[in-house]
Amino acid sequence: MIIFEIFTDYYRYFLRGAQATILLSLAVVFVGSILGSLLGIMRLSNNRLFSGFSKLYITVIRGTPLLVQLWIVYFQLDFIKYPDWVVLGMDFERLAPCVIALSLNSAAYVAEIIRAGIQAVDKGQGEAARSIGMTQGQAMRTIILPQAIKNILPAIGNEFVTMIKETAVVQYLGITDLMYNNGIVVTSTYNPLPCYYISAIIYLILNLVMGHGIDLFERRLRNSD
Amino acid sequence: MTEEKTLLIEVRDLHKSFGTLEVLKGIDENIYKGEVVVVIGPSGSGKSTFLRCLNRLEEPTSGHIIFEGADITDPKTDINKLRQKMGMVFQQFNLFNNLSVMDNILIGPTKVKGLSDEQARAIATRLLERVGLLDKSDAFPSQLSGGQKQRIAIVRALAMEPDVMLFDEPTSALDPEMVGEVLDVMKALAADGMTMVVVTHEMGFAKEVGDRVLFMDDGVILEQNVPYELFSNPQNPRTQDFLSKVLI
Repeated sequence: MIIFEIFTDYYRYFLRGAQATILLSLAVVFVGSILGSLLGIMRLSNNRLFSGFSKLYITVIRGTPLLVQLWIVYFQLDFIKYPDWVVLGMDFERLAPCVIALSLNSAAYVAEIIRAGIQAVDKGQGEAARSIGMTQGQAMRTIILPQAIKNILPAIGNEFVTMIKETAVVQYLGITDLMYNNGIVVTSTYNPLPCYYISAIIYLILNLVMGHGIDLFERRLRNSD
Repeated sequence: MTEEKTLLIEVRDLHKSFGTLEVLKGIDENIYKGEVVVVIGPSGSGKSTFLRCLNRLEEPTSGHIIFEGADITDPKTDINKLRQKMGMVFQQFNLFNNLSVMDNILIGPTKVKGLSDEQARAIATRLLERVGLLDKSDAFPSQLSGGQKQRIAIVRALAMEPDVMLFDEPTSALDPEMVGEVLDVMKALAADGMTMVVVTHEMGFAKEVGDRVLFMDDGVILEQNVPYELFSNPQNPRTQDFLSKVLI
């Protein structure tokens, strides 16, 4: 079958691309989660400035296409002098804006997930915590967040899966991710369809592994009660 | 009867509004040490809001609440410190779902009050034994019946060794056959001399255990008396009307 022929001839390209996609995804999931947690907590803050900023940020990010955000970040931040590292064959000065743009995008979605997860915890839990003299912070850390995490995890798993797929936009900045390498193979073989099937399968495998990881984590949490 | 008693909570001209809705319209009341004060009244009369203002779970709109000499309504007051001295029991129990029964009880004394794990455990064990639930130490709240949950919630509040216990309709969410076990714990507590403010629909409890019964309607305390007098000889027409409906 032609699909196997192309894969055996060009597997190096696909694997190299997959490697880049994995690296990029991990970086984005990591940075995006931290930023998103901050934004999500800001969104729930009593401080109007914090919650207002967070709300505006989420609205803007969710209301504009990722590709547009990517270009804006790339050009807007061109004054930054990135170190001239090369990571897995990719120039850091183009990789960095990609990680920044994708993380900023992911953060908005993560923030909404975290806000919803915290708000879904019964208000009485916080009241009971405050009634025995806990501070707001103590109540959040010891009572509310541990319960919110169970609401948050399944949705955050979805967000991670979405992010892995969306990293495909970085090919427009010349980042040699899976889709970029897919393009190289298409032009060398003049046979696009099998190439796209191969890429699709690789993305699918990445997401299945990711989903399984989240499942394991969720199950461990559930065992704890 | 109150002359020689020590004043514990002093409520002066307490008002509370939610938006344009005025729920408490000026409450003046004294709670004395060792007293069991039962608050009754129709739904929406403001009795739960009144109780929740006492430990500032609801922020009063105006007025003053003085607890052991400190003004709870003063923003400079360390409310967390005062709340350690005011136990609260909720209608919906509100046990911490992510913690075992034992940890529900330990978290306050250890994390908030700073007792050692050993000291806290000794208190928790004694209290659990008293309510007959020591065997449930390792259970999680989801594995308990409503009556058991409420008894644990009382223990959780007592473990802080408070000076007053606030009960917000503690038996209203219980199946009828579980009401008794919770009321028994409360009666024992009252007999021990704990100061209690109890919002409830249990008229039997009010009669038997209450030192004083307050009747609230429409955001004010309309009438108050010792239970026997209030129930047998209510003065205010609205008290009469309310009692005629609940005491069939």
